[in-house]
Amino acid sequence: MRNAVKKLYIALIFLFLYAPIATLMVLSFNASKTRAKWGGFTFKWYAQLVHNDDILRALGNTLLIALLSSVIATVIGTIACIAMNNMKKRTRTIMMGITNIPMLNADIVTGISLMLLFISFGFRFGLGTILLSHITFNIPYVILSVMPRMKQLNPSIYEAALDLGATPVAAFFRVVFPDLMPGILSGFLMAFTMSLDDFIITHFTKGAGVDTLSTKIYTEVRKGIKPEMYALSTIIFAAVLALLLLVNAAPEKREKN
Amino acid sequence: MSKELIHLNNISKSFDGQMVLDELNLTIHENEFVTLLGPSGCGKTTTLRILGGFATPDTGSVVFDGQDITKLPPNLRPLNTVFQKYALFTHMNIAENIAFGLKIRKKSKDYIADKIRYALKLVNLEGYENRMPDSLSGGQQQRIAIARAIVNEPRVLLLDEPLGALDLKLRQEMQYELIRMKNELGITFVYVTHDQEEALTMSDTIVVMNQGYIQQIGSPESIYNEPENAFVADFIGDSNIISATMIEDKLVSILGTRFACVDTGFGHNKPVDVVIRPEDVELVAPTEGILTGVVSHLIFKGVHYEMEVMAGGFEWLVHSTALHPVGEKVGIRVDPYNIQIMNKPESEDEEAVAVDI
Repeated sequence: MRNAVKKLYIALIFLFLYAPIATLMVLSFNASKTRAKWGGFTFKWYAQLVHNDDILRALGNTLLIALLSSVIATVIGTIACIAMNNMKKRTRTIMMGITNIPMLNADIVTGISLMLLFISFGFRFGLGTILLSHITFNIPYVILSVMPRMKQLNPSIYEAALDLGATPVAAFFRVVFPDLMPGILSGFLMAFTMSLDDFIITHFTKGAGVDTLSTKIYTEVRKGIKPEMYALSTIIFAAVLALLLLVNAAPEKREKN
Repeated sequence: MSKELIHLNNISKSFDGQMVLDELNLTIHENEFVTLLGPSGCGKTTTLRILGGFATPDTGSVVFDGQDITKLPPNLRPLNTVFQKYALFTHMNIAENIAFGLKIRKKSKDYIADKIRYALKLVNLEGYENRMPDSLSGGQQQRIAIARAIVNEPRVLLLDEPLGALDLKLRQEMQYELIRMKNELGITFVYVTHDQEEALTMSDTIVVMNQGYIQQIGSPESIYNEPENAFVADFIGDSNIISATMIEDKLVSILGTRFACVDTGFGHNKPVDVVIRPEDVELVAPTEGILTGVVSHLIFKGVHYEMEVMAGGFEWLVHSTALHPVGEKVGIRVDPYNIQIMNKPESEDEEAVAVDI
């Protein structure tokens, strides 16, 4: 009896969490244009999506920005971790606090402040400004995921590599870097995911005529909800889910080896 | 003595305004097993790091075989280090770990393969080439760390408390292994430890350090039998350190009783410290002793009994194979050769801190 209640409780939690997404997914395969009735199974909306140039362009922008911003943020974030690791404890704690603040900050505040910053420095809004903002909000996530790995590092291994004749650069890339890799990889994937599904910050820092998937969906939905949007949302959900699974699986796989 | 290989000249080093090494001078000879021994914070590890190139002295110079290497980075020094926590590269297998230094020096494949085989044989771990470091025990990992260092044919091997993380039995085994390896390789070992037994077992020369100063340099025998000050006496083995007065040459007053000794040149009626090792205190019948006392504690230690005897207002530590039960009246005798006289420390810098071992 107790067990049955427990199971029911879990089932309810998952139902509330996933029912909206499931609804969206089901509707994306609905042949009927209205949400009210089931018109049979179809891939029609997915097909229409593929032929929609606007959407494809937005997809291209999204992927480009996600990739570039996460790569750049990973490089900057990893370098920042190396620097912070060599700081005194007090300074490091303060620095960690400072890098954590942007993550806790409301997206809308970050978005508006970035927009104001770009305006005051006379930037032209477009892909460049989106990229800059995404790098900005991605760096803390990279630091958050690389730093614990950094702290676990046996500081002697870098010195051991030097001792065996490696130059400081070679010692870093051959010995320290492989040990940090799981952290760097999960930081990169996390940054990629964050960039992929960001709407608010992109909305404030994009120029007219430039769209990513999330802002494109937003504009489309304002005109009236079309079933293609269900299909698109389903694809984004599936992609982000896949990435998240990768993020979680990567360090574990590493540990087993 | 063989050729002088390394000179540390007037090395000083401080961290955050705290002096770790003060005007340290040390000469290390070729093919010598030198141990830097002292309690934590005495500067022994810093000295080793300065030798390895991981720390730069504030003043002074490191001269290796006639060449000043004070500013040479670690990757260009003809020395290799075995680190305290092994520091194996966990993403590489054993063979790759050992080959690391050789690959950087661009040695041929055959040469590297030969060297790996030779090194694994030397550390008794043949056939471990493809294992990962995580799958090895602590003692095995330490052997690999040694193998990784020696394949580069360093002229000096620096070892930073390499046995610290191992259990007692394994530690003793490894001590013999290290002596064997040193003899086989014919190179200089500079060994850092806080374990006096390790130092006595393995070293040709022991450098006892405390608070950034060298307290005494000498062979294990001379360090043990003729400690120069109370710190060395207390740190190396158990001892009775007693305030005394040197009445004249070869006569010392300990706890108000006159003892014959063999030391000369300390002057007349001068305050000194005397060191008497617990195994050198002879317990005899009360009438035959120079001092009489009563046994106050008794512990069985395996090889001997450890007793404390209250005599002349001092609790004497005594090691003896003969049992004297608590409460028994005994006489104390000490052979003149076994009384070691030391000058009292003259300044606060020299004042050694007593350390419980």
